[in-house]
Amino acid sequence: MLIRCPWCGERDHAEFTYGGDAAAARPADPDAMALDAWLGRIYTRDNPAGPHTELWQHSAGCRAWFKAVRDTVTHEVLATGDPQARLTPDGSS
Amino acid sequence: MSQQPNRLSGGGAIDRERRLTFTFDGRTFTGHPGDTLASALLANGVRLVGRSFKYHRPRGILTAGSEEPNALVGLGEGARYEPNTRATMTPLTDGLVAHSQHRWPSLAFDVGALTGLLSPLFPAGFYYKTFMGGGQKAWHVYERFIRNAAGLGVSPEQPDADRYERMHAHCEVLVVGGGPTGLAAAKAAAATGARVILVDENAEFGGWLRCERLSVDGRAGGDWAAEAAAELVNAPNVTVLPRTTAVGYYDHNNVVLAERVQDHLAEPDPDVPRQRLWSVRAARVVHATGAIERPLVFANNDRPGVMLAASARAYVNRYAVAPGRSVVIFTNNDSAYRTALDLHAAGLAVAAVVDVRSDGGGALMRRTREAGIEVLPGHAVVDTRGGKRVSGAEVMPLSEDGTRVHGPRRSIACDLLAVSGGWSPAVHLHSQAGGRPVYADKIGAFVPGEPKQAERSAGAAAGTLNLADCLRDGGKAGADAAHAAGHGSGTAPDRPACDSEDRAHVRALWAIPGGRSMGRHFIDFQNDVTAKDVKLAHAEGYVSVEHLKRYTTLGMATDQGKTSNVNGHGLLAELRGDSMDEVGTTTFRPPYTPVTFGTLAGQDTGEHLEPTRRTAMHEWHAEHGAVFTSAGLWLRPQYYPKPGETAFDATQREARTVRTAVGLVDVSTLGKIDIQGPDAAEFLNRVYINGWKRLPVGKARYGMMLREDGMADDDGTTSRLADDHFVMTTTTAKAGPVMARLERHLAVDWPELRVSLASVTEQWATMALAGPRSREVLALVAQDVDVSNEALPFMGVTTATLAGVPGRIFRISFSGELAYELAVPADHGRAVWERVMAEGEPAGIAPYGTEALGVLRIEKGHPAGPELDGRTSPGDLGMGRMLSSKKDFVGRRALERDAFHNEPRPELVGLVPVDGARKLRTGAQITAEEQPETPAARLGHISSSAHSPELGHAVALAFVEGGREREGEVVHAQYPLLDETVAARVTSPVFVDPEGTRLHA
Repeated sequence: MLIRCPWCGERDHAEFTYGGDAAAARPADPDAMALDAWLGRIYTRDNPAGPHTELWQHSAGCRAWFKAVRDTVTHEVLATGDPQARLTPDGSS
Repeated sequence: MSQQPNRLSGGGAIDRERRLTFTFDGRTFTGHPGDTLASALLANGVRLVGRSFKYHRPRGILTAGSEEPNALVGLGEGARYEPNTRATMTPLTDGLVAHSQHRWPSLAFDVGALTGLLSPLFPAGFYYKTFMGGGQKAWHVYERFIRNAAGLGVSPEQPDADRYERMHAHCEVLVVGGGPTGLAAAKAAAATGARVILVDENAEFGGWLRCERLSVDGRAGGDWAAEAAAELVNAPNVTVLPRTTAVGYYDHNNVVLAERVQDHLAEPDPDVPRQRLWSVRAARVVHATGAIERPLVFANNDRPGVMLAASARAYVNRYAVAPGRSVVIFTNNDSAYRTALDLHAAGLAVAAVVDVRSDGGGALMRRTREAGIEVLPGHAVVDTRGGKRVSGAEVMPLSEDGTRVHGPRRSIACDLLAVSGGWSPAVHLHSQAGGRPVYADKIGAFVPGEPKQAERSAGAAAGTLNLADCLRDGGKAGADAAHAAGHGSGTAPDRPACDSEDRAHVRALWAIPGGRSMGRHFIDFQNDVTAKDVKLAHAEGYVSVEHLKRYTTLGMATDQGKTSNVNGHGLLAELRGDSMDEVGTTTFRPPYTPVTFGTLAGQDTGEHLEPTRRTAMHEWHAEHGAVFTSAGLWLRPQYYPKPGETAFDATQREARTVRTAVGLVDVSTLGKIDIQGPDAAEFLNRVYINGWKRLPVGKARYGMMLREDGMADDDGTTSRLADDHFVMTTTTAKAGPVMARLERHLAVDWPELRVSLASVTEQWATMALAGPRSREVLALVAQDVDVSNEALPFMGVTTATLAGVPGRIFRISFSGELAYELAVPADHGRAVWERVMAEGEPAGIAPYGTEALGVLRIEKGHPAGPELDGRTSPGDLGMGRMLSSKKDFVGRRALERDAFHNEPRPELVGLVPVDGARKLRTGAQITAEEQPETPAARLGHISSSAHSPELGHAVALAFVEGGREREGEVVHAQYPLLDETVAARVTSPVFVDPEGTRLHA
């Protein structure tokens, strides 16, 4: 599997660490969220077959955390960008 | 020494001038360079090469290639012994030692063959039916016998004596397979200047061209192939890898190759690896992997002397070996007529060609008849005669629809029955790459479907079985692949002139009628799966190919069903009344052919499996007799035994020294993270459960961080060196993960915080000086600071010159004694350590290791790895009061869950044995009753335990349900592995100095 680090370019997946679903990002004000929704954020994850927005760290490289849209069926990395970037599910930014 | 009775007097690509000597089951034979072990065995008249897996039936060589299911041998001896090696793929070397497998006491007389007589007792799903449900007791009785009789080769017992290595490579075009298609593809791609890698599993390129009497470009096919390969070897942009199998196709065109670098050499070069694993990243991949011939399925089709038709002519044409002298050929397609013609031309007697097609074949059949060979269209071989080798074929007319045989039965004597059930393209890599093969009626086999990665199949791998078409398709595939990767125009080169023939359609007939049960109609030779098994599985509801595989073992083991899958799936489709496409194939998984573990491991063995981390003081520890223990990648001193001391003695002495005098322990492995920036205190506030903003400069504080689900993640002390400068310590195990999570918080969660992080674990050597006399030793080492209790109180932090080196002193304690952690730049670690040891000598200083460290912290009730196991909250650990209510921190909201409040939680407590002589064991389960009914309700478990040198008896830390309420109660520590039950009293987890007076001394 190849992953494109926004800083270093395309590298083998062995250089990266998976950081989970990017949709589960921590809200700025945790108390604004109902407890059920908060626990859902922690425990309940979508498991889509197809494009999935997730976080990765280039842990054996520049150590940057970044956001990626990866197709969970083909493992194709459709788009990568800054952790705060808005990446669309189809990979266009 | 024998004279190779079955070696033909002429022809073949062998070097008759040289003789190679080898042994098989202790008997000495000879062969020639160019032989495989299989061809040499056949030349010497050896037909029986193994016993089958389940019924121990005698088996011979079926094929001449990597699809061989029967001829698996143990190769070599001692540290170079390798089981389950295919004789057909083993180049003959001088002095080669081979053994047959899976027979006892000998190949010719095998006790296990009795199971063949009992085969009605071993139907599909035998193990499930007999031993599951009510049969578990029976399994215990029979397991030993079954295990002895089952299995193929025997595992090697000695460490592998050979060296292996791994390579990484990139190319534009990877061509897998070096037959006519692959050579044409590689030539076309190479001509564009693209970087090309061409691999073939055989020693020589040309594939089946080397086994046929066909010409290309006016030369013998084998000569054309040799020239083409030589040209490619000389091209600077081409890497040619013979004896190399593409075993796996992974994501993004990552293809893994296994290269047998010097298995073909009698005397391997010790400076060269035996095998090499390549990881190739290719822009485009061309599969020129060819096709695999299938057997036909009829009664007793597994006797030695039954051989695939193309393999039979390969032995004749390439190796000049007669696999038999009188031959019957049985086919459902035209290619086997080539065998008739070639064997006839070599002087062997071809008695008949039996063809299931009622009107027979095309041009090749006519030529066969012209050669005077009898052809029996519309007939079938219904059974064979013979014992350890075939002696005759029983032939009967076949009904038009192929469902039954009728009419006169004719026996034809033969010692070779060459069969062809059609050709299955090798779609394995295409399937591994995500493609779904589709059924092609014309050739009666699955061909590659839509590619899911940048790959395509060409030639026989794509279902093209005619030489001219293969050469054309290969050239086109190579040019297209290079073009797609940015090289050349995509125009295919002209196809070389060649022999060719039209072929009539194959007639797929999955099981030849005859015999009541079809219990001797073998489909999968390696697993002894018969047509009867497939019928039974279907009748019992296992109607998907994946279920059929699991229930019958069809297509399992070392050959992964290369010769058997399509026949089995075809029969299943027939039974279901569905099309082949509806039935489909099982998923092909890597590896294509077996890969030895050594090749997969490469250089990563022994001490090279992973890096070893050593602290700056490591050599001192080693010189002073330390016994080391692994802590992740680190080596840490576990204890320093004196002469005659056991591990227990040494640990107790070291711990006592700390409690009564002074000890020194290397704590360099703890993670250290330098945290700087105007928002550093705010950052720590969000990471830790307790408050950090008001921590004064020059002070340390204990901190605990949680995961977002509220469970403890890690703990340690963090010190404030300046308003905007902290240094955090983590546990040894979590140093990396904590660094990654802090980086993540800053990048993802709180990008607004102005904080920088640096891991400084390896930059600082740290040592803890602990014990009532630590201050007086420190005073001799620290030159420019006042270390009195007033100047440097508990949790005080200061910079200091330590033994002449600029460093830091942290007055923190894990042992519960007066203690100081000294940090100096790593390069000076050993010098400072030695100086501390020297200055401490009058005070009775001793180095101590992780064991004593553990004893001391258990006595003080400090949690460590076994307590921070990912299932414990701050409340469970007795640290609920640390939780700040004035700020947000990671994990805070999850602690609002009902489960943390409304249900009894396992709480950290201390345990002491009621009988002070008893031991408390880590891992013991806690119950309320001494002898609870089973299944017992457990109250918790012991997480850490030690013998306390201070108290003189065992102490333990345990998690017990509602534990703090139970203080004073007696519970029972159950340790069923040793059948132990120990009564223990629940106490506070702090066994020593609960008031903490020593810390503040």
